[in-house]
Amino acid sequence: MKHEQKHNPPMKYGMAIDLDKCTGCGACMVACMAENNVSFKKDESNKLDSITWLRVYKLTNDKPYPNTDICYLPRPCQHCEGHGGHSPCVSVCPATATDYSRETGIVSQIYTRCFGCRYCMAACPYHARYFNWWDPVWPDGMEKYLSPNVSPRMRGVVEKCSFCFHRYQLAKNKAYLDGERTVPEAAYQTACTQACPAGAIVFGDLNNPNHQVHQVVKPDPKHGGKSKNPRAFRLLERLGTNPKIYYLSSREWVRRAGDNYLAHEKTGQVSKPHH
Amino acid sequence: MKVDRRSFLSFVIGGAAGTALSPLPWKLTDDSSIWSQMWPWTPVPPDGEVVYEDSTCSLCPGGCGISVRKVDNRAVKIEGKKGHPVNDGGICILGLSGLQLLYGPTRIKSPMKRIGERGEGKWQNISWDEATAILTEKLTDIRDKGEAHTVAAIAGSDSGTVPALLQRFMTAYGSPNFIRTPSHRDTDELAVKTLFGAIGRTGFDVENADFILSFGSGIVDGWGSPVRMFRASSLWKEKNTTVVQVEPRLSNSAAKATQWVPVNPGTEADLALGIAAVMVSQNMVDTGAVSGFSGWKNELLANYPTEKVSPITGVNADVIVELAKGFAKANRPLALCGRGKGLVPGSLREAAAIYALNALAGNINQDGGMWAVSEADYIQWPDVATDKLASSGLRQPRFDGAGAGQYAKARYLLNRLAVGVNGDGPYPLQVLLVAGANPCHDLPDTQSLQAAFAQIPFIVSFSSFKDETAAMADLLLPDHVYLERYEDVPVGAGLAHQVIGLSKPVVSPQFNTRHLGETLITAAKAMGGSIADAFPWDDYETCLEKTLAEKWDVLMEEGVWVETDIEPVADTVRLAGKDVPSVQAEGDVNSFPLLLIPYDSIRLSSGYIGDAPFMIKTVADTILKGKDGFVEINPQTASAAGFSEGALATLTTPRGEARVRIHLFEGIKPGVIAMARGLGHTAYDGYLAGKGVNVNELIGPVEDPSSGHDAAWGIRAKLAKA
Repeated sequence: MKHEQKHNPPMKYGMAIDLDKCTGCGACMVACMAENNVSFKKDESNKLDSITWLRVYKLTNDKPYPNTDICYLPRPCQHCEGHGGHSPCVSVCPATATDYSRETGIVSQIYTRCFGCRYCMAACPYHARYFNWWDPVWPDGMEKYLSPNVSPRMRGVVEKCSFCFHRYQLAKNKAYLDGERTVPEAAYQTACTQACPAGAIVFGDLNNPNHQVHQVVKPDPKHGGKSKNPRAFRLLERLGTNPKIYYLSSREWVRRAGDNYLAHEKTGQVSKPHH
Repeated sequence: MKVDRRSFLSFVIGGAAGTALSPLPWKLTDDSSIWSQMWPWTPVPPDGEVVYEDSTCSLCPGGCGISVRKVDNRAVKIEGKKGHPVNDGGICILGLSGLQLLYGPTRIKSPMKRIGERGEGKWQNISWDEATAILTEKLTDIRDKGEAHTVAAIAGSDSGTVPALLQRFMTAYGSPNFIRTPSHRDTDELAVKTLFGAIGRTGFDVENADFILSFGSGIVDGWGSPVRMFRASSLWKEKNTTVVQVEPRLSNSAAKATQWVPVNPGTEADLALGIAAVMVSQNMVDTGAVSGFSGWKNELLANYPTEKVSPITGVNADVIVELAKGFAKANRPLALCGRGKGLVPGSLREAAAIYALNALAGNINQDGGMWAVSEADYIQWPDVATDKLASSGLRQPRFDGAGAGQYAKARYLLNRLAVGVNGDGPYPLQVLLVAGANPCHDLPDTQSLQAAFAQIPFIVSFSSFKDETAAMADLLLPDHVYLERYEDVPVGAGLAHQVIGLSKPVVSPQFNTRHLGETLITAAKAMGGSIADAFPWDDYETCLEKTLAEKWDVLMEEGVWVETDIEPVADTVRLAGKDVPSVQAEGDVNSFPLLLIPYDSIRLSSGYIGDAPFMIKTVADTILKGKDGFVEINPQTASAAGFSEGALATLTTPRGEARVRIHLFEGIKPGVIAMARGLGHTAYDGYLAGKGVNVNELIGPVEDPSSGHDAAWGIRAKLAKA
C-alpha cells in the first residue's frame, strides 16, 4: 500500500465556506439542483421530503431585539472521512451503494445499487441524505434541460451531494488527454463554488498545499484534520466524523452553533474521552 | 422416514438460519430494487456534443454575462460568465433558473385570441398573420376616428432598442401614453433632475467606498445589479469596510452589515437629514460640490436637531451623532438609497436627503462616490414624421397625468392608471398594450388595477408567460424569451459607468413566438403611411445592427461593451431649501395598530418574471408552508396579541384582508410586521400559483406630494385570530 501511495498521493477534496461572506442568497442551492438534475414537486414546503443536496440553514443568535443576529450556513454532504474512511453512512450501508474513496476523499452514492433501506440517512448526523419517496416528474417540456452527466434518480433510492463527481471525471479525462499527471485546481470546481456570487466557497484538495482551500483551512493531520485557522470550525466536530467541509466565521456565536456545547465548555473545546 | 417434532424444528430453524446467513436475502432485495427501478418513465437525458454559448441575462436590470452549456441543441445549464465586467463568473438564483422559464409549461406557445370570458382562460391558437391583422385593424379603426390617444402601452423598461421601438410605435401612431412600470429609477431620475439640474441617473462606485450608509437598500437582497452587489459585499468584508444598514427589519443586508440601525419605518429621510445636521453643526461637511448651502443649512439646523430626530426615527441620539462622525470622517463615504430591490419609487424627499449626504461628504463624481451619469445614447434614430392624426393624438394630455399640473415632475405614473380608468381619467382608454410587465400582480392595490383592466375594452399582452396580466388580455402575441433572441441590454442599475450587454439566441425559438421588435415592425408596416415610414428596417436584427453601429462588432465578439471614461452630467448639487411633508402610511392608528412593510428577498423574484420551481424550492418554511404565507412579527408584539409560532391569523389593512401564518422573528421592530414580496400568484401553474399572499393586495399606492410617484413604504394593519 505504501508503495502505491508514493505513485498516487491520495487527494482529499474539501471545502471552506466563509460564513462572513455568505449572504444566504440560495444561488448555491439552485446551481446544485440545475447541475445535478435534482427533481422538484409542486409543494416543497415540507422540508423533510424536499430534496436539496445543498441546503442553506438560517441560524440565529437567539438574542432579543435589537441585539438579534442571523447567519446563513450552506450544508452540502460533509464527505466525512471518519477514521480511515469509516464515514457514518458508509459503515452502515448493506448494499455498498455508498463508499469512501481513498483516491479523492469523496463519499459516493450509486443509485442503482441503493435499495432504499435508509440506514445511511439514520446514520448521517448532518441530514445530508435524501430519500426519493416518489418518482421524479418534470413538468411538460422541462426534461429538455436535463444534463446527461448525472442520471436522474428513481423512486426508492437515497441521493446526496457528490461534490459534482462527474466534473471530477471530466477534469480527470481532460488532464489525461492534456498529458497532465494531476487535475489542476481550476479544472475541477463544484457547481456551488462556481456559482456563489459572494465568492464564499473555496473548493480543492486539502492535501495539496498549493490549493487555496488548504491555505485557508490549514488542516492539522495530527488532530484529525482540525483546522489551525482560528475562524474555522466543522459541524459536530467532536463526533469524530472528520468532515471535509470547513466553515469560517469571525463571530463566536456562529462557531459555537456548530456543535452541542455544554454551558461550561468553551467554543472549539475538544471533549475529554470517557473512560 | 418419520418426521418428529425435534427434526422438524431443527430443519425449519436450520433452514432459516442458513438462508439468513447466505447472500440470498440481500441478493433478492437487491434484485427486486433493481427491477423496480427500471421504470421507463425515469428520463435518460440524451448525450451529445457539449458547447458553451455566451449571452447576457435580462431577467432583471442587473445585466450579468452568462455562459450557457448546451448538449447538442438542448441548453442544460446556465453559468455566470467569467471575466464579465458586471458579474465575473457569479450568478444569482434567478439567472440560474432561466432554463425552467425557457422550457417550462408556463410559456405562451402561440399567438392566441380570447374565446371565453375575460380571465376564464379559454383561448384559441391563431396564426401570426391573423394576430397581426387583429391588432392592426383594431388600432387603425381607433386612429381613423381621431382617438389614437386612447391607446396606452405599459413596458417594464424604456431603455434599449425594444422599448424604444414600442415608444416609437406609440409616437408614430399618435398616443402620448407610453408608461414605464414604477421603480426607484423614477425617483432617482427625478432626484438627479432636481439636485443636479440634469437628465441622468446616479451610479455608485461601491467597490471603492470605505463607509457604506445604506438607507434600507437591499445590498444583498437584490438592489442594483445583484451579483455586482454580492461581490462588493464580499470585497467590503475583505477590506474591513464599515457598512451600516438603516432598516426596521434585520434583512440579509442588515445581517451582513457591520451595524444594523433599526429605524421607525418611513423615517429614513429624517434620519438622513438628522445626520446631515450633525455634520453641518460640527463643521464636518465639504461644500465644494454644493450650491444653495447657506439657506438650506439654516433650515436644516432649525428643523433637524438630534433631540428632535431621535424620537421621530427611534434611533438613539448618540447613535445618530456616531453615524454622522463615522460617515463624515471616512475617506470615501457613500450613502445608498432605494428600499429593498428598489421596486417602489419612494419619495423625492428621501432620495434628496440621502443624495445631499453624499454631496456634503464630498463624494460627488469621485472614486468611491456617487456619480451623476447619463444613459448610453447609442439609439440615434431620426425623429418620427408624424401625420395629422398622430400629431393631434400626441397633443392630448397623458392618461396618467404625468408631466402636467400637480404631476409635472413625473414622467410615468402607472400607479394612477387604476383611478384613471375607474373614472378620474381625461378620456376612456380603448386599448392597452403590455410588454415586459405584469402589473396585475406587481402593482400595489392589485384589486383596483384588475378592476380597471376589466373595464378596458381591448388588452394585448406580449408576455412570454401565462402571467396575471396575460390572463386579463384579449390577444396574446408572445415574445421570445431572452435565450431565444437578440437584444441590446443597457445596464443602469447603479453602475458608475456605462455597460451594454448583448443577448444572443442560445437556442432556436421553442414555440411559435415572435420577437417583440419584429412584431412591432411588422405591425407598423401593415398599418402603412407615416407609421410604416417610421420603421424603415427590414427586420429587428437589421434595426439592432444599424443602431449599434460600430458597437455591433464589439458586442458580437465580446458580448459586452463598456465605457468607463464617461463625463458626469453635472458636478454640483443644488440643495433645495423648501421642505416637503414626509409620506405617511395609509390607515389610522386606532383601527390599525401595526405597521405592515413588504420586504424583498433575492430568492423570490418580485418583478415581471415569476419564480421558477427551483427558486420556490429554496423558500424557507417560515415564509411559505403549503399554501400559507407568513408575516414576521416580533415575539413581544405577538405575545401581547396572543399569537404563537405558526398560528393562523387574519391580516387586515385599509386595502384588503388575507389569511396568514405567524412567524416570530426577533429581528423586527416591535409593532412592525413584514411580509415577503413576490408570492400570491394566481396565474402560472401549480408550481407557483396559489402559494402565499400577494402583499400588493394589502397595500395601496401613496402619492409623493412632490411628484405623484408611489412612495408607499408600508401600510397600517391589524392581526386577528383566525
